[in-house]
Amino acid sequence: MRWPGGIAAGLVIALTLGTLGAVAWRSGFALRLGPADWAAIRFTVWQAALSAALSVTLAVPVARALARRRFFGRAALVTLLGAPFILPVIVAVIGLIGVFGRGGLLNDALALFGLGPVSVYGWHGVVLAHVFFNLPLAVRLILQGWLAIPAERFRLAASLGAPVGRLLEWPMLRAVAPGAFAVIFLICLTSFAVALTLGGGPRATTVELAIYQAVRFDFDLGRAAMLAVVQFGLCGAAALALRAAGAPETLGAGLDRVVERHEPGGRLIDMLAVALAALFLMAPLAMIVGRGLPGLLELPSGLWAAAARSVAVALGATALTLVMALALALRGGALARLSMLLPLAASGLVMGTGLFVVLHPVVAPRDVALVVTMLVNAVMALPFAARVLAPAVAQAEAGHGRLADSLGLHGLSRLRWLILPRIRRPLGFAAGLTAALSMGDLGVIALFAGDGQATLPLLMVRLMSAYRMEQAAGVALVLLAISLALFWAFDRGGRVDAAA
Amino acid sequence: MLRLEGLEIRQGDFALSADWALGDGSICAVMGPSGGGKSTLLAVIAGFLAPQTGRVSWDGRDLTGLAPAQRPISILFQDNNLFPHLTIERNLALGLDPRGRLDAARCAEIAGVLERVGLAGLGERRPAALSGGQQSRAALARVLLMDRPLVLLDEPFAALGPGLRMEMLDLAREVLAGEGRTLLMVSHAPEDAARIASDIVMVDAGRAAPPAAAGPLLADPPPALKAYLGR
Repeated sequence: MRWPGGIAAGLVIALTLGTLGAVAWRSGFALRLGPADWAAIRFTVWQAALSAALSVTLAVPVARALARRRFFGRAALVTLLGAPFILPVIVAVIGLIGVFGRGGLLNDALALFGLGPVSVYGWHGVVLAHVFFNLPLAVRLILQGWLAIPAERFRLAASLGAPVGRLLEWPMLRAVAPGAFAVIFLICLTSFAVALTLGGGPRATTVELAIYQAVRFDFDLGRAAMLAVVQFGLCGAAALALRAAGAPETLGAGLDRVVERHEPGGRLIDMLAVALAALFLMAPLAMIVGRGLPGLLELPSGLWAAAARSVAVALGATALTLVMALALALRGGALARLSMLLPLAASGLVMGTGLFVVLHPVVAPRDVALVVTMLVNAVMALPFAARVLAPAVAQAEAGHGRLADSLGLHGLSRLRWLILPRIRRPLGFAAGLTAALSMGDLGVIALFAGDGQATLPLLMVRLMSAYRMEQAAGVALVLLAISLALFWAFDRGGRVDAAA
Repeated sequence: MLRLEGLEIRQGDFALSADWALGDGSICAVMGPSGGGKSTLLAVIAGFLAPQTGRVSWDGRDLTGLAPAQRPISILFQDNNLFPHLTIERNLALGLDPRGRLDAARCAEIAGVLERVGLAGLGERRPAALSGGQQSRAALARVLLMDRPLVLLDEPFAALGPGLRMEMLDLAREVLAGEGRTLLMVSHAPEDAARIASDIVMVDAGRAAPPAAAGPLLADPPPALKAYLGR
């Protein structure tokens, strides 16, 4: 069946390029960037570059230690490295404030020595949060590179007494690091929630945040539109650079192997790298729980309504994403591939702004806030879901496609008897991923929502900007619990009774 | 009658031609060196590959352009002849109806063929819970259910041991050819051909030769077959 994939591609293109077109049309195709706009562009690019450089650089010793050491808790740590992907950004921010904020662990420690206090707000906070999110991703990517070096080569190098670093590891890093840098750079370009909560002001405003402010506070749609075009250009350029650098496999499995090594030494530095990385990742997670538990006693009114909205949006987005990803995977071809990539260059706020421009004259944006959020979340999660599903569909077709052809299985029959049963595990994983991403999303909802329409992440932002941090931490814990529960339930659903 | 008329198959450097007919009720072994195009020939007859020129016909009806399932053909591949995620009963039901519907009459029909191939009572199992030989029997049972006049066997029993393979070939001859179907089977082993084949098609040097009677051919092989057999 090719037509469902065509519809999915049409929807993706309408929501990415179409909204961009609407925005460009609204701005009158005139790019008049003021000093504040240029400042936002400069900050967006350099914070993304710095975040990516720091993440990749710091990841190298951690990945090397994980590649060549076997130690207690290694498997748990590798699992933990996958966690930030489904951790809602705004929840992580609460944890980071708990560690690095005023009254956080770091400042408490500094005060013992009569130092400090340091502030987590500002450009360094933005970079810190980005490194927190992307260091694990960088470690996973580079670790894959390390594990991809055949064991025979290490043996050969050892038998020759050749320097492993220069002979094997440096060439691997030169091949893997640019792709990792490009992925993280692209992710950080689209940063909104982090910039909203930890950044802001003339020196730490990203383009995404500027778009939000233009729409929400100044109601300057022309300026928002212009910035949206700039943002799309930035992301598109980064996505092209990513293709040039060779997009790495971001969701790969099989990291539980250890490279057998034959050169002595380095044990101390490896353990130090692992310990520091674990501390850096786990302290904020611990603070989410530590700060959240007392907050549970004074949860704000409206919490459960917000939770219900979040879950409804997440489930709707998940269903839509899976249908689209499956339709595109079944269709295949250049149009499908383009549709799986386009959302990477788009940003939720650009789509939101475009829909705002289109819908504004017709309906009140807040009347459709949740539907729009669901649509945008579905499209934004599509590249990830599609990268999980497309290879599984291809594998099912390669293994049993001819059998299905010989039996005359077409359309829904083929889907029911061949495809769906063969892709249950990746389908469950993709569903869990999408649900968790959508649960934690803070972007377009902030643009559209009225007072009574907050989702959990938006409720958190509102509490934080009212300095009710304890309540925000309580909500964070609830949001985290629901996100993890959804991920677990879907992922588990794909595994239970899945026939090989 | 299966007829291949002026068939030309090209894939990159690979080329194969065939121009012959095969009588109804024949059991024909397709032999020849690896990479010679035996499986490709079957794929074209089954409709998985389109020939560059020429046509495949059955009883005077042109099959060219028909989808595999629309042809009067059922085929067994080297592997993956059963969906591993479905029970044997479901797998067989798909041979009766691509929508996989099951009613009492169909269940009875399926139970009947399972009994004929020696798998009585095993319909509820998944393929992984059967032995290799039993899986082959289940696949044969589906071919029986589909009841098409031409059956293509692309070495479905190659992974079985020699004894079991002979057993399956005998079963295929008995239940499939016994009812007047035509069998076309790829074979690597001359003893397979000697055991059940009435005809042999030699595929070598870019050409699928017309079927020749198996007995005389194996007794006095021409040079190409001699080289292939290592005699």
